[in-house]
Amino acid sequence: MISMEVLITELNGLPVQDLERWISNRWVRPDGQAGTYLFREIDVARAHLIWELREQMQVNEDAIPVVLLLLDQLYDQRRHIKNACSQHERTAGDQIQ
Amino acid sequence: MAIAEVEDPYHALGVSKTATQDEIRNAYRNLAKKHHPDLNPGNPKAEERFKQVSAANEILSDPVKRGQFDRGEIDAIGQPRAQRPSYRDYAEGEDGHRYDPSDPSSDDWGGEDFSDLFNSIFTKTGRSQSRPSRQGLDQNYKLACDFLDAVNGTTRRLTLPDGRVLDVKIPAGTDSGQVLRLRGQGGPGTNGRPNGDALIEIQVSAHRFYTREGQNIRLTLPISLSEAVLGGPVPVPTPGGPVQMRIPPHSDGGTELRLRGRGVPAHGTKAKGDFYATLRLVLGEPDTALSEFFLNWKPEHPANPRLGLETIS
Repeated sequence: MISMEVLITELNGLPVQDLERWISNRWVRPDGQAGTYLFREIDVARAHLIWELREQMQVNEDAIPVVLLLLDQLYDQRRHIKNACSQHERTAGDQIQ
Repeated sequence: MAIAEVEDPYHALGVSKTATQDEIRNAYRNLAKKHHPDLNPGNPKAEERFKQVSAANEILSDPVKRGQFDRGEIDAIGQPRAQRPSYRDYAEGEDGHRYDPSDPSSDDWGGEDFSDLFNSIFTKTGRSQSRPSRQGLDQNYKLACDFLDAVNGTTRRLTLPDGRVLDVKIPAGTDSGQVLRLRGQGGPGTNGRPNGDALIEIQVSAHRFYTREGQNIRLTLPISLSEAVLGGPVPVPTPGGPVQMRIPPHSDGGTELRLRGRGVPAHGTKAKGDFYATLRLVLGEPDTALSEFFLNWKPEHPANPRLGLETIS
């Protein structure tokens, strides 16, 4: 878990107001309250992703929620598939025995 | 050694050597959008390509590094950077639930549960076999090779990304861009089907002195004034070892002399190539006796060496 200050330093050049806006838009969802936010590894990676979308790929901020929503759905389904596959492997294993 | 991304950074970004910084930035942006690993989960090719593109951008976006690369002071590999975990590494695991589309505080999406769907699919097919039988996939690699190693042939030991070690025989006469196929060394097949192949593209680096044209090799050979006037045997380093070459008396600078069969060795269906030396006159340090000789010298047949240029109007 890292604090907002550390994350801002890591994302060299990102204005604090931008990160605060991302949090209030719920694009990034740290633990804690304003002033004492704590970011887990996944929050840090997500902030990096948004930063890369905006800075390297020139996706403007209006389009970012669309990209995030599609990615969240994609990863949600990939988690479902992985779970279903591991469940299936367990079942298949029993049948073979 | 590991197989690193040794692709020329200009080639990786698809830009020319004379590209402006803007063109490089745009090329990188377009490729990053396409190959970013978080946008391509489960696609190792996209990830590999993204690494190459990022490494190329690392060099070319920085005018100092770009200059160093152009002058040959640094190579295309550079220092590998510590890989930051990508969003995907978390999003697919349990941590990913933090950003579920069905987050109760947002009404963006209904969060349909697909587990029933998957269960029904797997119940139907599960009885027949646990995994489909499939031949392994071919895997592509690139390997940098010295000019002379490629001409004379060599064996290189490689460590693949999955830790396997391969001895790759690079046959004599291998040319840049040639692909070697190592049968059965690619991705594993399932249910007894054969493995895929490892396809290794050889990228031959340039030589300081030699250039290669197909089966022939060229060299610019410096000779002294007396060797040019009087002729004589001079030692010539060829890829196969030093050879004594006879220079005819009165050889001009720019004369091309051939050593038959001393180029790239025969391989496959190709016969061995020739070695061409282009003479370059080197006067060396100033020499008083030589200068005095020319002051007093009356040529036997005075001629104007620039006679041919007079037609330029």
